[in-house]
Amino acid sequence: MTLAQILAVLIFVAMFVLIVMDKIERQIVTLACGALTLILVFGVGMHSMDAILETLNVRSIFTPGFWYAVGAEESSSGINWATIIFIAGMMVMVEGMAKAGFFQWLCMRLAKLVNYKPIPLFVVFMVMAAVLSMFIDSITVILFLAAVTVELAKLLHIDPIPMILSEIFCANLGGSATMCGDPPNIIIGTSLGYTFGDFLTNTGLMAGIALVVVIIYFFLVYRKELIQEEGQGVDPSSIPDPKEAITNKKDFIVSCVIFGCAVVLLISHAQTHLTVAFIGAVIALVTLIAAGKDAVVLLKKVDYKTLLFFVGLFMVVGGLEQTGILELIAGFIGDVSGGNIYVMIAIIIWISAVASAFVDNIPFAATMIPVVKSLAATTGADLSVLAWALSMGTDIGGSATPIGASANVVGTSVAAKNGYPIGWGKYCKTAAPATIIVVAISMLIIFVRYC
Amino acid sequence: MAEQMIISISREYGSCGHEVAELVAKELGIALYDRNLLDAVAEEKDMSADKLRKFDEKPRNLFMTRSVNGHSNAMEDVVAEMQFEYLQKKAAEGESFVAVGRCVETALKEYENLVKVFVMGDRKTKIDHIMKKFNLSEAEAETKMNRHDTKRKAYHNRYSESKWGDSRGYDLCVSTSKLGVCNTAKIIIDYVKGCQA
Repeated sequence: MTLAQILAVLIFVAMFVLIVMDKIERQIVTLACGALTLILVFGVGMHSMDAILETLNVRSIFTPGFWYAVGAEESSSGINWATIIFIAGMMVMVEGMAKAGFFQWLCMRLAKLVNYKPIPLFVVFMVMAAVLSMFIDSITVILFLAAVTVELAKLLHIDPIPMILSEIFCANLGGSATMCGDPPNIIIGTSLGYTFGDFLTNTGLMAGIALVVVIIYFFLVYRKELIQEEGQGVDPSSIPDPKEAITNKKDFIVSCVIFGCAVVLLISHAQTHLTVAFIGAVIALVTLIAAGKDAVVLLKKVDYKTLLFFVGLFMVVGGLEQTGILELIAGFIGDVSGGNIYVMIAIIIWISAVASAFVDNIPFAATMIPVVKSLAATTGADLSVLAWALSMGTDIGGSATPIGASANVVGTSVAAKNGYPIGWGKYCKTAAPATIIVVAISMLIIFVRYC
Repeated sequence: MAEQMIISISREYGSCGHEVAELVAKELGIALYDRNLLDAVAEEKDMSADKLRKFDEKPRNLFMTRSVNGHSNAMEDVVAEMQFEYLQKKAAEGESFVAVGRCVETALKEYENLVKVFVMGDRKTKIDHIMKKFNLSEAEAETKMNRHDTKRKAYHNRYSESKWGDSRGYDLCVSTSKLGVCNTAKIIIDYVKGCQA
């Protein structure tokens, strides 16, 4: 191993350890490690100014292909600005929707639609978690859904924990269905040049089938509690009217329209050739213009820390990529699998799932993208098949434990703050088997459909 | 109406900091919040206080928990936040009180009337006190003291802006070894009254 490779690995490991320890804010960790990558790996180890420029990747923003791409594959090297701009844009839009009361309204409206009956409520909230997470980040979805679930549970005298656990799982599952549902998918899509439609027809199909199985699974697991709760009477007049959630009718309508436009733009971006970076930027701009003088409030609420976390992360992963470490890993997987596509898929999906159950799936996915790319190039395997395996593994694997995905942390945190603590035992008892079932289903679908 | 008094007392294990806090609260005729805080929080949240007590003033497990955008799923963090919120509510209502531990010096830092005290003691005196109180050998008492202080330090340093036991983070650092509980409490009361004069 060269000095640059050793330094790149050491920085990467240090970054992971520091993120897990959570002593220093994670964006500071990734940015500091990113700076060290530029100085030590590219400067001291490689003496390469080109590697630094390629990793910073600023030039790409000023190319027409960054905003309008006709079938061109986007680069995976260095900072993935398309991902960052898209996530920033969606953050602005989501803040606008939250401010108008969209999420509370939607939850309360659907609850009213099923007459606050526990079993239909249980199923409807699972489906809603999955559908919303297809377009909106799962943290926001769960933040609102878990809060409304606790509120409703208190009014209906039911246990919110089964609902919260199933909602978390479905939010992660819904996120796997589209390109913009979960950060690993955004990174995979923008890095490898896949469209919203590509994801929807591949991972979306797997997620759809898995959702049906998961709803049945969670119902069977919690059937005793649900049937018992179903028998309890409820006075609908004691529950707040959904309209009360709307803070401003005009803002509410505008945010609904913007969300609708975002969905249409995303679904049709393969036909319009507008990139996700363009869609994110436009959606943010329109939201800010519509917000008028409240635009500053929305901008202040954007989670800049997460955006900076991504910037630093891409630099560190760039260090591994430029030094050839990820090619070594790809070579290793290729050797172990002996070029057998079934073994390759199994390795990628299960390693991704197990790793994502315990560590943040975003750095893992960012690291694995160049690996699968190299693996496809060296073994002749279909890159898209490996990409779908990586996507399902990282997105679903995170559901297994309370720390595996951001939605799990937020959901269990909201529950605990409201007096419903969910420990590892309670969480994993239902979520871990569900994760294994869904990963197995996904693997089988990949085997049957693509191999 | 008397001016609001908020006294935070951090303490080394075995230094009799809790006894000092009790005496200060009694002499000043104000509430004392220590482990009883959890009973109030538990009642408010309709939870079992015993369940919460397992996580009180303890650092979270780094490998079993995570935090995302300020949302932590560590019960240690949740319990700590519940207590901070409860004390912040009491302080906002204008109540005077003595709070033992629980990083009050950071949780209530915006209150001008907050007096931050650190109660310590000589190593030998603290070990003697622990031996007597729990009927332990010297080695056992020392181990117990070190264990508790390590936990308190980790807890404090996670939620506080200053380091545990660093004199720059407190208004008054006082040792009970030379003065005993009563005189230490008297010094604290005099200091608090002096601050209000």
